[in-house]
Amino acid sequence: MTEALLEVREISKSFGAVLACADVSLDLRIGEIHALIGPNGAGKSTLIRQIAGNLKPDAGSIHLAGRDVTGWDTASRSRAGLCRTFQISSLAMEMTVLQNVVLGALGRRGDVFRFFHDPLKDTGLVEAGMHALERVGLRHVARDRTADLSHGQRRQLEVAVALTLSPKVFLMDEPMAGLGMEGSRTMTAVLDGLRAEAPILLVEHDMDAVFALADRISVLVYGEIIATGTGAEIRADPLVRSAYLGEEATV
Amino acid sequence: MRRETWVGIILVLGLLAVPLWALAVDEPYTITLATRVVILALAGVGLNVALGLGGLVSLGHAVFFGLGGYAMGILASHAQSYTPLAEWPILIEGSKSMPVIWLVACAVSGLVALAIGALSLRTSGVYFIMITLAFGQMFYFFSISWPAYGGEDGLSIYVRNEFPGLNTLDPIQFFGVCYVILCLALLLVSKLSRSSFGLALVAARQNAERVQAVGIEPYRLRLVAFVISGVITGLAGALFADLNRFVSPSMFTWQTSGEIMIFVILGGVGRVMGPVAGAIMFILLEHFLGGLSEYWHIYLGALLLGVVLFARGGLIGVLAGREVAHD
Ligand SMILES: Nc1ncnc2c1ncn2[C@@H]1O[C@H](COP(=O)(O)OP(=O)(O)OP(=O)(O)O)[C@@H](O)[C@H]1O
Ligand SMILES: [Mg+2]
Repeated sequence: MTEALLEVREISKSFGAVLACADVSLDLRIGEIHALIGPNGAGKSTLIRQIAGNLKPDAGSIHLAGRDVTGWDTASRSRAGLCRTFQISSLAMEMTVLQNVVLGALGRRGDVFRFFHDPLKDTGLVEAGMHALERVGLRHVARDRTADLSHGQRRQLEVAVALTLSPKVFLMDEPMAGLGMEGSRTMTAVLDGLRAEAPILLVEHDMDAVFALADRISVLVYGEIIATGTGAEIRADPLVRSAYLGEEATV
Repeated sequence: MRRETWVGIILVLGLLAVPLWALAVDEPYTITLATRVVILALAGVGLNVALGLGGLVSLGHAVFFGLGGYAMGILASHAQSYTPLAEWPILIEGSKSMPVIWLVACAVSGLVALAIGALSLRTSGVYFIMITLAFGQMFYFFSISWPAYGGEDGLSIYVRNEFPGLNTLDPIQFFGVCYVILCLALLLVSKLSRSSFGLALVAARQNAERVQAVGIEPYRLRLVAFVISGVITGLAGALFADLNRFVSPSMFTWQTSGEIMIFVILGGVGRVMGPVAGAIMFILLEHFLGGLSEYWHIYLGALLLGVVLFARGGLIGVLAGREVAHD
């Protein structure tokens, strides 16, 4: 399969007795949004952390654009084009919103070791940052301190920083959590447009967003992928219905 | 202009005005006191790069202060006794020239900072503090047990080193030299804190995971910061030795590391002018309270406690308000 940009091959991870990730394989193809859903504690974030390089799998391998990156650290993976957002916002809280996106643009450009160059006076960096803020609807708070943002705005900023990196692959861990109706709708539109730039592995609990966006859905339960398929296939899958979607989710 | 800029300008001008006034009324001791403030502030400016920008709590900065001091002591003592430092493989003479001594002090401090940093930055938190402290103690005991350069007694240099075109024995001229260096260092650090490197370094202090996620390795940022920090503190050590015309192992003690850290904390961690404010306060306290009681450190301790508990921004924080992100 040549069009798979990201390939996860049979990775496993256990925390003591808890098997958080059991022989998981999945791939992400050019132009798609691949949603990863599953109940709380299923191991979705654990999978994301292993792909991003924050956590070492016990077994298995991860391939980005044909290269085995299993042994690489987070920063190297990011430079190779693998970019993630965090389920719990992870930002430089004392910095301004603009500084956070400029940091992303700086990482993208790869020349941090400049000691007399003011990145906030660099139109290239600032424009890249402002553009990313514009896309998620945060332009008006660019000068605010990140710690003063609402929970939802921090989620949006996470995505904006990811945008500045223009990666090959996005890994997004619940970007809609806490956004509210309006915010969710904007974010859905942003992600929808994004898939043309780079495919997204999207962890999300908001089923409306998932079914609206995903080209494929994988269902993770107790660390195991029990099904992968289109939205219609997943909805019709009896195993998924009993294990996760439940009776009430007869959408 | 921002309030912090004004506070900075007033501090820098005040620091210049005091010795000029002392010159006018012929009080050379006050000029020496002001020179001490300037040099200790410079040591603090160095630590502030690691501690304030990088969040690296180093209790080992006495290493660089001491290395700078001994760079001066060793070079000058060889020049003073007309014996070469080394004859093989190449002839190395001592030197009485300040610029040469500064260069050597900076180079040695920088290299040692690179080595210490490369090892200790693999740890963090309490372990980092302990490892830097341990390195400090190593250098201290080494300096005590090395008789060639005075061992415990230290080294006396009879005549202050030379700077082209100046009479460095004249207190006000030596003050001028130190003052210009401090101003250059402040300019450098203020540029640095607004640079791409500074942005990434501060971000790594606030959230290392975030910095890694954008493809930047915090370890490398911190290592470079630690080296810059060591170089500046090392230069301060060379000037301090020249001020006293004396070097001794006391420059390597953990108390020295602690005092440098006190300047930074009193003045305001991570504020460009923090170490200047801190060193002024420290010397004023030492001068006035030290005259009243030899236990003046109790008051210093109380003040430090007050700053840590109630005024995290230090004196600069009190005078100029909370740190604002610049546009
Ligand atoms: N560092 C860790 N140490 C021990 N157990 C862990 C660790 N991280 C995760 N776990 C466990 O692994 C399992 C999977 O957790 P994970 O956070 O991946 O779930 P999730 O699918 O992201 O859940 P949620 O939808 O709530 O975000 C849980 O049982 C969790 O308690
Ligand atoms: Mg999770």
